[in-house]
Amino acid sequence: MILRLAIASLFARAVTVGMTILAIALSVALFLGVEKVRAGAKASFADTISGTDLIVGARSGSVQLLLYSVFRIGSATNNVTWESYQDIANRPEVDWIVPISLGDSHRQFRVMGTTTAFFDHYKYRQGRSLQITDGAVISDLFDAVIGADVAKTLNYDVGDPIIVAHGIASFTDHKDQPFRISGVLDKTGTPVDRTIIVSLRAIEAIHVDWKGGGKKPGQSTPAETLRVMPLDPQAVTAALVGVKNPLQTFTLQRAINEYPREPLLAVLPGVALQELWSIVGLAETALLAVSVMVVVTALIGMMATLFASLSERRREMAIFRAMGARPTTIFGLLLIEAIVMATLGALIGVALLYLILMIAQPFVDASFGLWLPITAPSAQEVWVVLAVIIASIIVSLIPAIRAYRISVADGMLVQT
Amino acid sequence: MTLSLRDVQYQWPGRSGFSLSVPELDVAKGETVLLLGESGSGKSTLLSLICGTILPNHGTISIDGININRMSGGKRDQLRAEAIGVIFQQFNLLPFGTVRDNILLPLHFAPKRRERVRTLKAEVEKLCAALDLPKGIEKTKANTLSVGQQQRVAVARALIGHPPLVLADEPTSALDAATQTSFLKLLFDQTASHDTSVVMVSHDPRLGDHFDRVIQMKDIASFERGLI
Repeated sequence: MILRLAIASLFARAVTVGMTILAIALSVALFLGVEKVRAGAKASFADTISGTDLIVGARSGSVQLLLYSVFRIGSATNNVTWESYQDIANRPEVDWIVPISLGDSHRQFRVMGTTTAFFDHYKYRQGRSLQITDGAVISDLFDAVIGADVAKTLNYDVGDPIIVAHGIASFTDHKDQPFRISGVLDKTGTPVDRTIIVSLRAIEAIHVDWKGGGKKPGQSTPAETLRVMPLDPQAVTAALVGVKNPLQTFTLQRAINEYPREPLLAVLPGVALQELWSIVGLAETALLAVSVMVVVTALIGMMATLFASLSERRREMAIFRAMGARPTTIFGLLLIEAIVMATLGALIGVALLYLILMIAQPFVDASFGLWLPITAPSAQEVWVVLAVIIASIIVSLIPAIRAYRISVADGMLVQT
Repeated sequence: MTLSLRDVQYQWPGRSGFSLSVPELDVAKGETVLLLGESGSGKSTLLSLICGTILPNHGTISIDGININRMSGGKRDQLRAEAIGVIFQQFNLLPFGTVRDNILLPLHFAPKRRERVRTLKAEVEKLCAALDLPKGIEKTKANTLSVGQQQRVAVARALIGHPPLVLADEPTSALDAATQTSFLKLLFDQTASHDTSVVMVSHDPRLGDHFDRVIQMKDIASFERGLI
């Protein structure tokens, strides 16, 4: 019955109590939301590339190789010669191999030369394939397929011409060989969204008239001539490799790393991603710390509300005292109030999180390529709710002690 | 004796010269006593002493034959719950509780009083009817009642489980003269049937006619305000 009265008392102060509960709910939802985004970001980070067993490039660091080959950040220090590439491709362990040739750009986006096998073998988010939203994959030498972000940012559509610049952030264009956009890819949330994909032969074709980083003066091979040229590449930047049997991955990796004719490096994408995440992961910890502070702030807000309520509730406490309630009962009432508020707040926060997730999930996926899975409340969420309740007990001890003192001093007569 | 005070002296902590002393006060079983005094004559302090929310520096206070001086704070709270029904001047009720919640509140802290009430619901209804409260008022929120109704609910709360003593602090001051009389009549009808003693403090001498005995505060107590 005392509990019922405590709840009735809370209802009587519905506005302030409601606001306090809302603050706790929002902070809990924020905290859990940050956790979800963090987990989602980590998962989608790890999902950037899947189904590829090895990434091969010139010898450098594994993170660097991952960064330039998959994330298109930084540049390769060296290339892999076409001969070495062929050697690897012909090894018995290799199921498939996709070459990647980087180095040119269009506006702020990188241009990647590859083969159509890229569309078959590049997988992200647990085995999803790239999907063409509009148009078709590369069929002509001067066809380009662009990622969703490229299309959106530059407002490009199928059929639009696109001129590739030589190098990155360069002023020299491959003006004489304009590409035509043949297809636009679906949003993936991977660096593919920010990539212009052309054929490996096209990369060779636009460089036919170039030598050593500069254009040969006065030379311009017509497109028709280029289309019939063999255009075998001299080198590729990196290659994605799939093995026939997962057990052979390490054998192949070792063979590539010990390749005698050229210093090469083969990395397991998952391992390199983990390594990279351990560097990027610092930011997530900071974000988490901030959201913990928000929860603490909300709880201190509740403490302030309880404090503020004390002066207007001296009469209520005096009545309880006159009826024979001990000061500890008054103390307990305050604690019960805090627990009820914090529990409601935490539970509403969890509910709010799921509501927001349900509404925002498709939107977040479409705009940021971040997949936030909706799963049943995990043990972690239960712990968060419990932690909020325990923390609420701790912060409400201060106003409860104050209420205890007031009720001892006032007794049953309010001294005003 | 339901209530007995001997050589009671109380000094407010931290205030020199601000003290109350009551050499002798006895209230017999079933007796109704009006304590008359101006405001600031120490009435409230005396009530707090009797209720055990403050302890005298000297002397003894017994309720129903039990000396409360040597009891722990918790025991005194318990005794207050069991033995004393308290009625305030006004704002007696928890505004967010129903009439029923308010009437049953003391029983929560007083198991023996609760034992005396056989069925809670019937007892609440009986008391409400006896105090001329409208039928079905039990489920109404206390803050929707008129002042007169609130005071009668407060009486019902003080009487439930029949404590030996009812203490009232100017319960009629918020009521008009006609209502005052009917209020006292209803109160005494109830206390008389269970031989309950009543001690009421007031500044209004016109209430005197209704009581067995009228005591002036200044006759039984000396109160010093000292220098402030």
